[in-house]
Amino acid sequence: MPPRQVYLDNNATTQVAPEVLEAMLPFFKDLYGNPSSMHAFGGQVAQHVQQARERVAALLNAHPDEILFTSCGTESDNHAIKGVLEAHPEKRHLVTTKVEHPAVLNVCRYLAKHHGYRLTELPVDRRGNLDLDQVAAALTPDTALLSVMTANNETGTLFPIEKIGAIAREKGVTFHTDAVQAAGKLPLDMARLPVDLLSISGHKLHAPKGIGVLYIRRGTRIMPFMHGGHQERGRRAGTENVPYIVGLGRACELARVELFEETNRLRQLRDRLEQGLLARIPSTHINGNPDWRLPNTTNLGFEYIEGEAILLHLSAAGIAASSGSACTSGSLEPSHVLMAMEVPFTYAHGSVRFSLSKYNTDQDIDYVLATLPGIVQKLRDMSPFYPKDAPRVVETAS
Amino acid sequence: MWDYTNSVLDHFTNPRNVGEIEDANAIGEVGSLACGDALKLFLKIDQQTGRILDAKFKTFGCASAIASASALTEMVKGKTIDEALKISNDDIARFLGGLPEQKMHCSVMGKEALEAAVANYRGEKVAAHEEEPPVCKCFWVSEKKIREVILEHKLTTVEQVTNYTKAGGGCGGCLPDIKRILADIMHTQAPPAERPKMTNLQRIQLISQTIEKDVAPMLRADGGNIELVDIDGTLVKVRLKGACAGCAGAKATLQHLVQETLRQKVSPDLVVVEEN
Repeated sequence: MPPRQVYLDNNATTQVAPEVLEAMLPFFKDLYGNPSSMHAFGGQVAQHVQQARERVAALLNAHPDEILFTSCGTESDNHAIKGVLEAHPEKRHLVTTKVEHPAVLNVCRYLAKHHGYRLTELPVDRRGNLDLDQVAAALTPDTALLSVMTANNETGTLFPIEKIGAIAREKGVTFHTDAVQAAGKLPLDMARLPVDLLSISGHKLHAPKGIGVLYIRRGTRIMPFMHGGHQERGRRAGTENVPYIVGLGRACELARVELFEETNRLRQLRDRLEQGLLARIPSTHINGNPDWRLPNTTNLGFEYIEGEAILLHLSAAGIAASSGSACTSGSLEPSHVLMAMEVPFTYAHGSVRFSLSKYNTDQDIDYVLATLPGIVQKLRDMSPFYPKDAPRVVETAS
Repeated sequence: MWDYTNSVLDHFTNPRNVGEIEDANAIGEVGSLACGDALKLFLKIDQQTGRILDAKFKTFGCASAIASASALTEMVKGKTIDEALKISNDDIARFLGGLPEQKMHCSVMGKEALEAAVANYRGEKVAAHEEEPPVCKCFWVSEKKIREVILEHKLTTVEQVTNYTKAGGGCGGCLPDIKRILADIMHTQAPPAERPKMTNLQRIQLISQTIEKDVAPMLRADGGNIELVDIDGTLVKVRLKGACAGCAGAKATLQHLVQETLRQKVSPDLVVVEEN
């Protein structure tokens, strides 16, 4: 057994907060009523669903009736994109970016391939930034939807959605943002942000898997995605997933209360990890925009070596991270995000993402700083590309 | 996570023979940074006997690439060049207790590095893939290479070709070409070679042997048995016994098990019937 377990893959999924689990449990036992029912069993459950809706709305500074519960972030993205296109049958064009999560990118590509939509995928620069002039130029009278993520899941790079949303509004184009990685990590104020639709996934902010939210601004033209009963005011049929809705409500409440303090603490932890690794391991590069990123994410490219080998050695040492390397995913090319950023091959394959959560501590960071340099050196020593006279890693505990 | 065998994990965690041989007289280098994996193999070959005295490697790649290289060096040490060249990529995978299919190209890389090292030793020019325009432009895989791998491993799908050669794993632009090559090979490949003509006596003996050696043991395992009654041209008359006699599945047994086995082993025109 490794001496310590350190989970640094929180952009993949997070631990369910104990407070969240506790809030959910009664709804697996006594509070089993259907919120739609005309009796007290259902009525009191409906009140809890409403309370959860208000808590989610509070995190986003939105109206509770703008919160739609879905089964996951992917459903929210599908609903937003397909629902808007269906509500604008006369428009045949949609715009997104090359670095979106597959839950957006593959939906758009599906619609282009099988339903004849014109699709524009906006490129990014070396740091993962969009060119706002290109965004504006891409929007035409035929454009039904612009979908641009708030924060990139792999690099943490943020897009300026307040500016992008303003461009979309000026052009009369509906604007959706996948905020799955940003929600709970950065303030999202719907009273200020010109965003029409926004997706959230519960399990990225310490609620369980299987629950998501689609924020729909009042007045947005969108068709339902799931047809059936009258749940969610007719916009999303299907009996409400009550325990998970309650859990997500609690998670959003915790995130709102802790947001400011946690964001600062996480940024400091992340920076200590990043600076510590850069100082110890030569020929290491930050992928993404270091000035404008999620506070919990760092994506580092280690030259001369390959990501899967790093991850397996880390895993044996009890450390969980992830990689945009080709070998981990089963595809043969590095991640589409790193490719779109034209990250050089010399370290695209050797890129590792560390993503922190509120459960990470200083000791976790110390352990990684003491462990990873040795792993990198070991792999570099067996790499045919590693120059013999290249500087070696510094192996000292912090 | 990949389902790696303990042997792969062992060779990944504690790779054997990492490094360079100062006075190597055979060096083979395959792959590149852009491809995501690369292997440089160093051999010290005894010029009198052609025996491989020492083998070391350096590799850039995932766990299975490292393990494949480690396994390869262990396998070739002490062998003569000719013995070593007989090692196939399947042998490397087998040495490691198997590799996930998507990672088979790692073992292919080992095989290629060995061939390159031997070519280097013999002073031959390596049959570089660069010479002809590649089918797969992302990983620079030639049609010749794709054809070789398809034939060697009897591949039937585009996905398998990608797993073994990486071709088609990048932009995917060459997937139709791979499909065409596959179709071409399946089309032009001659049907299985004609069996040598048998005399009647040989045929009867082979039928009798096949029933006794291949079919009967399977039926006996289920408490049944089979007896050859007569052979009339292509008609094989048998009698099912024990638990098989009167079994509702007897007809299926006859057709699928007995008849199919006989058709494969003896002649595809045989028909099996039950004699009461």
